[in-house]
Amino acid sequence: MARLHEYQAKAVLSRFGIKVPLGKAAQTASEASSIAEEIAAKVIIKVQAWITGRAAKGGIQFADSPGQAKQIAEKLLEMKFGNFPVCEILVEQAIDIKDELFVSIAIDDAKQAPMLLLDAKGGSGIEDRADTVAVIPIDLEYGVDSETVRKVLVDSPIDAANHDALIDAIGKIVDAAKQCEARSLEVNPLVTTKQGEIVAADCRMTIDDYAVFRHPELGIEIARELDHPPTKLERIAYDVEQADHRGTFYFAQLPTDEEKSSKGLIGFHGAGGGGSMMSMDAVSSIGFTLANFCDTSGNPSAAKVYRAARIILAQPNLVGYFGSGSGVASQEQYHSAYGLAKAFWELQLAIPAVIRLGGNSEDRAVEILQDGCKNLPTTIEGYKKDDTPAFIAKRFAELVTANGSRSWTAPARNIPDFVGNDKSYSFAIEGGTVWIDHKNCNEQTSTFVVSNSSELLTLNDNSKPITTVSEEDLANKDSEMIALEIECRRNATPVVFVDLPISGLDPDSRLLTPDPFLPCQ
Amino acid sequence: MSIIINQTKRVLVQGITGREGRARTKLMREFGTNVVAGCTPGKGGQDVEGVPVFDKVSEAIKEIGQIDISVVFVPAKLVKNASIEAIEAGVKLLLLVPDRVPLWDAMKIAAVGKEHNATFIGPNTLGVLSPGKALIGMIGGRADAARQWFNEPTPGRTVGVISRSGGMTSSCGYYLSRAGIGISTLVHVGGDSVIGLPIPDVAEMFQQDPETDAIVIFGEIGGSQEERLAQLASDGKITKPIIAYIGGAAAKEGTRFSHAGAIIEHGRGTHQGKVSALKDAGATVVPSFGDLPQAVLDAIDKLQASAL
Repeated sequence: MARLHEYQAKAVLSRFGIKVPLGKAAQTASEASSIAEEIAAKVIIKVQAWITGRAAKGGIQFADSPGQAKQIAEKLLEMKFGNFPVCEILVEQAIDIKDELFVSIAIDDAKQAPMLLLDAKGGSGIEDRADTVAVIPIDLEYGVDSETVRKVLVDSPIDAANHDALIDAIGKIVDAAKQCEARSLEVNPLVTTKQGEIVAADCRMTIDDYAVFRHPELGIEIARELDHPPTKLERIAYDVEQADHRGTFYFAQLPTDEEKSSKGLIGFHGAGGGGSMMSMDAVSSIGFTLANFCDTSGNPSAAKVYRAARIILAQPNLVGYFGSGSGVASQEQYHSAYGLAKAFWELQLAIPAVIRLGGNSEDRAVEILQDGCKNLPTTIEGYKKDDTPAFIAKRFAELVTANGSRSWTAPARNIPDFVGNDKSYSFAIEGGTVWIDHKNCNEQTSTFVVSNSSELLTLNDNSKPITTVSEEDLANKDSEMIALEIECRRNATPVVFVDLPISGLDPDSRLLTPDPFLPCQ
Repeated sequence: MSIIINQTKRVLVQGITGREGRARTKLMREFGTNVVAGCTPGKGGQDVEGVPVFDKVSEAIKEIGQIDISVVFVPAKLVKNASIEAIEAGVKLLLLVPDRVPLWDAMKIAAVGKEHNATFIGPNTLGVLSPGKALIGMIGGRADAARQWFNEPTPGRTVGVISRSGGMTSSCGYYLSRAGIGISTLVHVGGDSVIGLPIPDVAEMFQQDPETDAIVIFGEIGGSQEERLAQLASDGKITKPIIAYIGGAAAKEGTRFSHAGAIIEHGRGTHQGKVSALKDAGATVVPSFGDLPQAVLDAIDKLQASAL
């Protein structure tokens, strides 16, 4: 997660020589109580959640004793903001604040440079005082000019005795932002205590997703900016993306409990950043609620699109599946069609799906999708580049209504009987196994299989299809094998199955908890 | 005319011997781009598609002369050094194709660029395409498809397209062409939050281009590019009609939607804010992307009517 929790960000500041209050994060009330006992003084307890105005929402409270800390911790750990639960709280020694400053480092997209924002008032409500905040440019080599900072302090009511120490601390905060490649770092407030110390009382820090690879010391698990801790499904999706670099795959779950008048919760599958966003707008504007935002683009493999669809459909209570991208994709769209057809068949999709497959080879893509799904108990329609997102969103709404807006939760995946059978022929590919039902391969079927195998299979002495290339050459031929599986099904000779289990979802997709947001990891 | 790229510009490809660099060099040349040299450290002396390869940008310039644009196809984490090398060798315009270039690297490239009076498009850009002339980057796919999809300029009925999304750059070009509108240049400014040549800068180039009659924008939530464009229009620095679509109406604050620029932070860069700023500045903002071609046709008709 590229967004750090307050306690993680404070640990970073501490490494750069900035003092932070004595304290620790807790996941249970009894942990909170023992931390309070160790501190042996009045403590402040703060929910670790990426929201603004935590204090006003009741997420920050004081405790005078370990017993009281325990009681408060219990309440805080039951809190939920949107769909996202509080999983951790920070228990810290309360400090005697004398003066407060707002210190923030932000990237100015217009100036293409980092800026230091400084306000001698600090504390909450800073958003409303934008005009009084000093904006000081940060030089990438030399940091911030200390005399400019001093001028802001001199013009403020802050005790002059602390100016040098504050300038030093601010310099260190700037250095921390630069060294950690932060997209933003906010210390609000940086305080002087009655004992004359400079302490970072709060800290929010977001690391640039693209630089996370250079910062193993930060222990960031998912280099992705979300407004909530990664859900179980997001972790599964992230693992899929990391394992397959053919094209991009982005998956985020969205808060869904706010829309009361919604036409229902839908699985959303976009292609390309802007095209996905535009498609999301089209389907949202007619009243649907997105369970997730997903984007597979940059010429993804069929396997990647398949896994994305499986992950989208692991979300419960969907009324439909909506897919749409830029509309004029330069990638070959039939890979996506094969991937979707496979996922929909395996889960025996029973809610309407509308997919806009506009772009290269769109005619073939639409035919594969519709024909490959023809026996499913629902309507699946493919559209092309000349169909607008608004038009297909309207069509989608009609189909959902015709289905009685029934919501549906995917069952465990459907796997043919010949899979795992010792009479079947099998070979490994990247991330899975290809199974061929030799028993049901008569001469005609075998010939069909071989001729649709992208020259990867041949007939053996018994006229059954077997591999003709090395295991190494087969490894990344998952898209070809998925295409073969679908073509066999379209030919009414379903003798090929590509088993691509998804770690965390399979072999038994019922392992997934009904509420995928729930678990605090 | 067109902006940024035409068939006379002398183009260098950094990372030309890589898979993408090689494939795109071929496609760029097929479309009409004047690719004169390539660079890959350690591969000097080879050639790719008949284009000579050099170890360093400075060597390429010494051997074959001035370079107008360097197209950078190296891996994301090497983009900073490759860009600085080109800028220090005297190249004044770069196109940074790779996705996932670290933010502080992009800011460093910007700082070095300012010292040398050089600029860059991207990072995370699909590229720039001037129909009938040339393209740089990965935009357009196969040359024959690109020729079919994007109309060449038509006098009095020609727009310049600026987009924050790669796929939507092509989409805009395709749908506008189908409606009979000519295209001077399609520009994908790049999806990241810090980019070299943002929408307002490109709009100023279109304002100066005699062939461009109106400016079409595919904007997105996040950042300040659309607001700054609105400011230019309010200040009278852009007087050509602006027709825009802004993606992300349904986006919630705090979650990034695919690429780095599209995120609402601290209430800044909201959909509503951008739409209001542009409308207040006199731009047309369509609520649905499918309405864009008709809105452009209306704007062009109005221009022609007022010219009579």
